[in-house]
Amino acid sequence: MALFMIILLPAKSGSHFNNTMMITLNNIHKTYETGSNSLHVLKGIDLEVGAGEMVAVMGSSGSGKSTLLNILGLLDRHDLGDYYLDGKLIKDMNETKAALLRNKFLGFVFQSFNLISFKNAAENVALPLYYQGVSRRSRNKLAMEYLERVGLLPWAAHLPNELSGGQKQRLAIARALIGKPKVILADEPTGALDSTTSGEVMDLFQEINQTGITLIIVTHEKDIAHKTQRIIKLRDGLIDTDHKNGHAKPITKAIVSL
Amino acid sequence: MFDRDRWQEIWSSLAKNKVRTLLTAFGVFWGIFMLMIMLGSGIGLQNGVTNGMGDMATNSVFMWTRPTTEPYKGLPRNRRFYFRNEDIKALIDNIEELDIISPRLEGGGRRSGDNVVYKKNTAAFSIFGDYPEWNLIDPANIIKGRFINDIDIAEARKVAVIGQRVYEVLFEKDEDPLGKYIRINGVYFQVVGVFKPKNSNINFGGDKEQSIHLPFTTLQQAYNYGNIVGWFALTSKGDLPVSIVQDKAIKLLKERHKVSPDDARAIGSFNLDKEFRQMTGLFTGIKALIWIVGIGTLLAGVIGISNIMLVIVKERTNEIGIMRALGASPAKVISQIVSESVVLTTIAGYAGLVAGVFLIELINKNLPDAASQDTMFLNPHIDFQVALTALLIIVVSGVLAGLVPAKRAVSIRPIDALRYE
Repeated sequence: MALFMIILLPAKSGSHFNNTMMITLNNIHKTYETGSNSLHVLKGIDLEVGAGEMVAVMGSSGSGKSTLLNILGLLDRHDLGDYYLDGKLIKDMNETKAALLRNKFLGFVFQSFNLISFKNAAENVALPLYYQGVSRRSRNKLAMEYLERVGLLPWAAHLPNELSGGQKQRLAIARALIGKPKVILADEPTGALDSTTSGEVMDLFQEINQTGITLIIVTHEKDIAHKTQRIIKLRDGLIDTDHKNGHAKPITKAIVSL
Repeated sequence: MFDRDRWQEIWSSLAKNKVRTLLTAFGVFWGIFMLMIMLGSGIGLQNGVTNGMGDMATNSVFMWTRPTTEPYKGLPRNRRFYFRNEDIKALIDNIEELDIISPRLEGGGRRSGDNVVYKKNTAAFSIFGDYPEWNLIDPANIIKGRFINDIDIAEARKVAVIGQRVYEVLFEKDEDPLGKYIRINGVYFQVVGVFKPKNSNINFGGDKEQSIHLPFTTLQQAYNYGNIVGWFALTSKGDLPVSIVQDKAIKLLKERHKVSPDDARAIGSFNLDKEFRQMTGLFTGIKALIWIVGIGTLLAGVIGISNIMLVIVKERTNEIGIMRALGASPAKVISQIVSESVVLTTIAGYAGLVAGVFLIELINKNLPDAASQDTMFLNPHIDFQVALTALLIIVVSGVLAGLVPAKRAVSIRPIDALRYE
């Protein structure tokens, strides 16, 4: 079902890598009940992701890779097993606490961008700060900074539907970054993009990773996975293979100044 | 609460489908509008009716004689009898709760055609023999001259106090009626006053404007009524219920006129207090009905809003999912949706409130002046307190209307909300 690939960081990123585990999963199970049927999606996942790692999760559809990502992102609950996020056990978490953790620890990037259509680029980027209760003025200031980092400053006042796919995803990445998260979870971030823009987005992810942020990217594209340091393959709800990516390509060019 | 993002959210979600928002808002608008119109009209009706009897001594009872229905002390049934002048003193002496007593006698002549003549003008009017106390029972505005006084009674003077309409019919325009003599059933009376009735909704056989008051004693003597009294108007002292006076007076008068105590028909009486209470009760009932109907209409509007909020929430499921993924807590999402609902209901409700009050005021402005009296509808208005209550109801119902969809919005798992298409 799902393929998980974990790639160790190359030596040059080692300075960001400390020995603490950002994510630790012990025997994670997840079953979906649909009427009388039950679908056992995750059948005992054991996984450790260190702080500052950049990991690709691969697997055919139905392998459980998205479910795993959703559990990691606290968007869904696991049934069995222990999940430690930054050393903290995630258990009996109510939605308010989960929202707070998502806000403070996690950033999300989706295949379908999930931008808010009636808010302009700057407002979209600033949204996580709104939920942190940051004042409007400093929110806007920070939003501009992050827009600049992803090269979208001239588009600050544009609505999402006025942007191209690559721009939208960079906007989403800026939004994921603004809350200064420790982990960014990306679900098929290049699924809706052509190969050139995919490359740009992956370059951006590598840049981000170099600042010490842990990245977990769900993808089914091999060349995307190969831009990470560790590839985990999932199959039928279990980790099939988990190995360092020997072919991790170096960053081709800096499209943004991080 | 009042930052721009919140208002932007509210506006964008409501503006997404303007027609639908407008139609929904109209439901609440109409509910409040109708409630205001009905309440205002209810008050107008009440004012109109009570103003028509506003100065009337409501704690009064009227009593008159009818043929007996029981044989008693050797007297046959079906015997006619009359109150007499001596009864006046007996009532005053024996009933301590009695405050005002005003005996009255109705002069004939009206039914046989024109009974009043001045110069070349003739007309038919009601003729009453009254004591000065009558003006305490059913007060009238004396617009010229005076009412009957004690000296008129004592000396049985031939003076008359005429109604406004009587004056208009008999006299030329701008002619001073005071001191002029009019002929009533062949006897000349000097006009000493002109009155305009206040309590136009209470009449005693004919329009009061078309009646003439003569001194009670004069009427008895001039038209050979002897010492007959037509009927009594009695009031009770202070806050005492007039029914005490009524019971005691009927008992006393029955004794004095040899009427069987069991004869329920021989002395007719009318307790105005009781009628007045019934009417007050009626208005309370009308008011209650108005609130029930009004709240019902409003409720329909509010349910409409709740419905539309449900649709909006469903449409925005994905967006709410994004917000929650970015860290919006359930409380934040709920407060967002509730405030949308409150904003929509408050704006619509307030518009309805203003429109309702405006229309009521417009009606009030265009109503004939209160002085014209002959109205069943007067001074409709909406109390500030009522308006405030209505506004409170609007806001509370806005919260309730938003709560159901809001709860629904957060009951969906964030991941399902994100995936929702």
